[in-house]
Amino acid sequence: MKLPSFDYASPRTLAEAAALLAASDGGGKLIAGGQSLMPLLALRLASPSVLVDLRHVRDMNRIEATADGLRIGAKTRWRDIEGDPALPAAHPLLAAAIPHVAHYQIRNRGTVGGSLAHADPAAELPGLAVACDGELEVFSARGTRRIAAADFFLGPLTTALEPDEIIVALRLPPWQSTRRWGFDEVARRRGDFAVSGIAMFHDLDGVGRATNVHIGVFGASSQPCRLRTAEAALDGQVVDAAVIDRVVGAARAELDPPEDIHASAGYRRALTGALIERTLKRMAGQPEH
Amino acid sequence: MQITFEVNGTRAEVEVPARTTLADCLRHHMGLTGTHVGCEHGVCGACTVILDGDAVRSCLTLAVQADGTKVTTVEGLSSDASLTPLQMAFRKHHALQCGFCTPGILTTMHALLSQEPNADEERIRDVLSGNLCRCTGYIPIVKAVLEARAAYGGPAAMENAHGV
Repeated sequence: MKLPSFDYASPRTLAEAAALLAASDGGGKLIAGGQSLMPLLALRLASPSVLVDLRHVRDMNRIEATADGLRIGAKTRWRDIEGDPALPAAHPLLAAAIPHVAHYQIRNRGTVGGSLAHADPAAELPGLAVACDGELEVFSARGTRRIAAADFFLGPLTTALEPDEIIVALRLPPWQSTRRWGFDEVARRRGDFAVSGIAMFHDLDGVGRATNVHIGVFGASSQPCRLRTAEAALDGQVVDAAVIDRVVGAARAELDPPEDIHASAGYRRALTGALIERTLKRMAGQPEH
Repeated sequence: MQITFEVNGTRAEVEVPARTTLADCLRHHMGLTGTHVGCEHGVCGACTVILDGDAVRSCLTLAVQADGTKVTTVEGLSSDASLTPLQMAFRKHHALQCGFCTPGILTTMHALLSQEPNADEERIRDVLSGNLCRCTGYIPIVKAVLEARAAYGGPAAMENAHGV
């Protein structure tokens, strides 16, 4: 379908953008790359009164590594992340996840902030943000605040963002280079949304036991989440076949996957377990430091 | 809204409603119907154009977002009556049948090879996954793109005899 009618503004600063949003009384929407919003407009699932385009707002597309971790500007595109030579060392889990996001042409325009705001339950970046205890930095006329990714995604296409707030950056905590990590997903074609995907990592203590266990899932739940009982089954254990069995069993019991045209709930549950099992085995083979 | 941009090397000024996609602007306001519109929501890739050097879906880009940019459509790939090396390779390998998806694939692959002339078959297939073709089964398209790499400074066709 053709897009619904709307007004359009392309402010120069974040403050102007926030003022325009606030003045729209909840009817305004932000657009940057537009790769999630434009399909919603074309399907008439969204009909904003005004589109506030961030294309002229500067300094929102930087990837910065600091002592606090990684700060990724909201206008950073997938191809910017893919092309950043420092990222595979600075955050290997992020570097492994991003090549799965969307197709080539979409990767040239799609942005970090757009994916987070869109909150598709099967999208990679929201899954990664939750798995890594990420935080979203958001701006409005009321100031800047941070929202934990775990509290941000409320359901399919639903977030804790207020109508007048702008996602400015995603922050990921510092990455330990000795960490064991894994990312995997199943999609019908590479670049499509995942039927199920996992992003996970843990550290090893002095005697080789898993600590700081994070098992994040996307596509197999109504919003990205961590599997707490599966994490507990792994925490403090030396990873072996019996432990992996228990973790996978806990994950399958804990999951309550959605059912849709792509897969049944049972298939998603089995698939997610298989992804976790395969990835834990691969992680066990990663070098000890 | 008034937009000014460069299309296929020529400066253009167009007046469009804000809701106009770049695809519809090119087709309806500028008569450049080589850009095909298939799904209109970013799935099929037929409407791909090159925006400031990058392949993008023109149905997922507003015309107003192209203000101040340089756009190349399939009409702009060849500057005269002859075919480009990429187009000649498509003809040689029968890389099209009905032709509906072809403009989007040509623009995508032209952008790819301009940026990555050494793209290997896996990379080409990965990029091609953003363009739906229901006729060819993709095999002749991949062969044509592999062969065309030489014209972009990539490996010569003979060196890729494997798989071509």
